[in-house]
Amino acid sequence: MTLAKRIIPCLDVDRGRVVKGVNFLGIRDAGDPVEVARRYNEQNADEITFLDITASHEARGTTLDMVSRIAGEVFIPLTVGGGIRSCDNIRALLNAGADKVSINTAAVTDPDFVYEASQRFGSQCIVVAIDAKRVSEDGEPPRWEIFTHGGRKPTGLDAVAWSRKMVEYGAGELLVTSMDRDGTREGFDLGVTRAISDAVSVPVIASGGVGNLDHLVAGVKEGGADAVLAASIFHFGEYTIEQAKQYMADQGIEMRL
Amino acid sequence: MTIAIIDYGMGNLHSVAKAIEHVSPDERVTITRDARAIKGASRVVLPGQGAIRDCMGELERTELTGLVKELLKDASKPLLGICVGQQMLMDKSEENGGVRCLGYMPGRVTRFNDQALDEQGQRLKVPHMGWNRVHQHHMHPLWEGILTGERFYFVHSYFVQAEDDAHAMGYTDYAGSRAHVATGRDAVFAVQFHPEKSAEAGLRLLANFVAWSP
Repeated sequence: MTLAKRIIPCLDVDRGRVVKGVNFLGIRDAGDPVEVARRYNEQNADEITFLDITASHEARGTTLDMVSRIAGEVFIPLTVGGGIRSCDNIRALLNAGADKVSINTAAVTDPDFVYEASQRFGSQCIVVAIDAKRVSEDGEPPRWEIFTHGGRKPTGLDAVAWSRKMVEYGAGELLVTSMDRDGTREGFDLGVTRAISDAVSVPVIASGGVGNLDHLVAGVKEGGADAVLAASIFHFGEYTIEQAKQYMADQGIEMRL
Repeated sequence: MTIAIIDYGMGNLHSVAKAIEHVSPDERVTITRDARAIKGASRVVLPGQGAIRDCMGELERTELTGLVKELLKDASKPLLGICVGQQMLMDKSEENGGVRCLGYMPGRVTRFNDQALDEQGQRLKVPHMGWNRVHQHHMHPLWEGILTGERFYFVHSYFVQAEDDAHAMGYTDYAGSRAHVATGRDAVFAVQFHPEKSAEAGLRLLANFVAWSP
């Protein structure tokens, strides 16, 4: 087996700036997205994910410009997510240089959109974001549901069944984020990662909760993830991507060093 | 000198254009479906994404099938096939219930087994997505400066198996199959992986393509 597991640094971008870690380090601003992307590329990142968390609509143009600037100098796969609702949105992002788009809320409100997008642009560029929260009590068999609006709004959808459905509809990859763990630095929710990874044939990216390098290892070994996504542990120089990759390789995981 | 990226409506051509512009700032890179512009270019890229039936269908609909076949015969004009652009050069693909392709190289296109397990008993995912090793099977000017076993970025579920060993320029093993991820004949070189997304190794391959005089 020589296919490498991937490390994907994630840039949460608000009004043109990378943000994250406000809860933990008291730092709000992690820099210019183009600079940050360039740094991760130099550190041998396997892909980059750019999540536009800007609430306002008028900042769309800024995102396209950022994506275009990153794509002009960073020659690794670039996934862009955040507020994607139409094939026109996808077309504009791909034209700007994105390689994949991550569809979140729109997949829940209109699953046919995932089907239409994958038919039109190919499954290889359609990532569906699965934002899951554990809903079972301790002692019960574990169960997770899909939540939208940053984990505030329940949908009643079972996360594993929903993941299967999204793959049937044409998702080429799933970005599984634990809304319980996101921002906690306690590690991935390995249960949901494993349950979804075992249930689908497409690659799964584990996300939400990474606080140290052992969490990345566990995401692959116990969670069965094909790729691991993290933000804050890289943004402030705590670890470089290279260190993380070397650490994972030392634990016997196939990596691109 | 102009490098034409054939735009027959399938897939994202901007990444390829940006990467070629990056390695050859002096060349003109154009994304086009204009037959005259493609004929006039000194080098041509045949990309392809999505389902092969759609790719072959769109090539036909944009009336470029004949032109591409003509270009393939021109042993002085380098052509680079990428992803489904590699698969289209073969006789046929088993995707979409069987699709006849351009027939430039004998061989077939089949699907990876999505039931295969790795050494740890984990299911191997299809599409084959991510960075895998490419082993160089024959010497070729496009391998110049790239080590055998170097990793490139892949996203695909179907793969090429060339009938003629002389056409198999490089291979990758995945899910129990040996995929000929680089194929070549005369002035044509084609890859299953995405050089435009494969960091330094990919940029080197593109630079080699721009410098190649077969």
